[in-house]
Amino acid sequence: MTASNKLTAFNNRINNKKKSSIKLYFHYISINIRCMMQYKTSFFLNVTGQFLVSFTVFLSMFFMFERFRSVEGFTYSEVLLCFSTMLLAFSLAEMFARGFDTFSGMVRGGDFDRILVRPRSEIMQVLGSKFELTRIGRMLQAIVMFVYGIMASGIAWNFSRIITIIFMITGGTVIFSALFLIYAALCFFTLDGLEFMNVFTDGAREFGQYPTAIYGKKMLLFTTFVIPYSLFQYYPLLFLTGRSDNIILMFLPLVACWFMIPAFLLWKYGVRHYKSSGS
Amino acid sequence: MKKYLSFFRLRFIMGLQYRAAALAGIVTQFVWGFMEILMFRAFYRADAAAFPMEFSALSSYVWLQQAFLALFAAWMMENEIMDSIVTGNISYELCRPISIYNMWYTRSIANRLARAFLRCFPILAVAVFIPKPYGIAAPASLLHFLLFLITLVLGLAVTVSFCMLIYVLTFFTVSAQGLRIVFMSVVDFFTGGLIPLPFFPEKIQRVMELLPFASMQNVALRIYSGSMSGYEMKKAIILQIFWLVAVTAVGKLLCRIAEKRIVVQGG
Repeated sequence: MTASNKLTAFNNRINNKKKSSIKLYFHYISINIRCMMQYKTSFFLNVTGQFLVSFTVFLSMFFMFERFRSVEGFTYSEVLLCFSTMLLAFSLAEMFARGFDTFSGMVRGGDFDRILVRPRSEIMQVLGSKFELTRIGRMLQAIVMFVYGIMASGIAWNFSRIITIIFMITGGTVIFSALFLIYAALCFFTLDGLEFMNVFTDGAREFGQYPTAIYGKKMLLFTTFVIPYSLFQYYPLLFLTGRSDNIILMFLPLVACWFMIPAFLLWKYGVRHYKSSGS
Repeated sequence: MKKYLSFFRLRFIMGLQYRAAALAGIVTQFVWGFMEILMFRAFYRADAAAFPMEFSALSSYVWLQQAFLALFAAWMMENEIMDSIVTGNISYELCRPISIYNMWYTRSIANRLARAFLRCFPILAVAVFIPKPYGIAAPASLLHFLLFLITLVLGLAVTVSFCMLIYVLTFFTVSAQGLRIVFMSVVDFFTGGLIPLPFFPEKIQRVMELLPFASMQNVALRIYSGSMSGYEMKKAIILQIFWLVAVTAVGKLLCRIAEKRIVVQGG
């Protein structure tokens, strides 16, 4: 075999492995869905509950604007758009990456051993192990809010603005997924889920309904350079609402994706240092 | 009575064991409170005249809420109780010569008190040193402080009575998950967990204040910060007592019905 032939064969093998990984992931999900559908009442109550949780958050925001009209120059419809993109990004990330949420149990019980011996990506297997369909309630709420937010925003939609909002959602999904990944990676060292990490995920969803600038200068700096929430929320929002014409703002959500790199490295580091703790 | 007291003591001591978890909780709640105050500050800057209470009163409200979260958080339910109903372990408890309702009640109170006891002091201690108007202020008067303590206890009792209602309902539905999450979201909203009740539009607020949810954390936190007048305080305390009696009575009644037709799950 010549060198180029070898290379093609190698590439083919990698491609096949990738393809079967994705197929396997969907297979995992379909099992999870069928499993959940065995308890239908519980499922529907769960979905309703999730819906209500984010609906009450919206209602509180609505009442705040009834009273105050605007905050730091942002009007109700602008904040609504901010809130709904944030919620949509969060629930997308949650839908796919919340499998990491129960990861502490996997490490403590030694179940992670079983994953390591299988010839597939560890991340894919962890993600597939738990697919929370009940989160559909939040997703539904997010979609309803998003459609309402788009209609009420009064923004003159053109090509660059549509692209901007797509970037915002993508960037947000990537960053929240990275945060879930960090949460799981830390379990390798602490053996237990860190409650404190919730501040960065659930807390960010909760407080991210308002543009990050309202929390003051220092918070804006933190959310720009440390955990880049502002890069997919506040700055592109400025472009979207016509406060700024700077085209760079449009691409900042993609820049924010750098955050996935340290998260992934931490995970790799964690996997390498994993000591089985179960029996 | 003695058996419940010893049960209380046991659970309280048990609750004090998880100190590392408490530390993580303290940090989380501190950041949460801090962000909340920053958010309200932005609204205060937007339109100070529309702010329904003084800003320092709001800060006190937020810090007390974070410090005593364990007393009032509806989502902090006893998973053990739910599990015992689902798995059938409940049969052991039914064998004992005590009232299930009272036992669970004692247990919930003890657990919540222990958690709050571990968490409240560090949060309050730090909040005292935060400069005005962002820190916690002194109570409006000695009378306010005493009333705050009384309504805090009453509020805790109403909250636990309400949670008891959900435990008892689990007898009828078996899977508690869905019921629980619906209840939790509603309770959190109506007690003033997301935004304090004075921030709601006036008409809605008037209805909300009559509901049992307003008798939980709302009364104590607002009395401390002095955002309630004398007449309002009297009304709120009477309502608290009323709801405590009513919700407990309904819970006990339901519990009696459930005990008669109980099906033990599991094998």
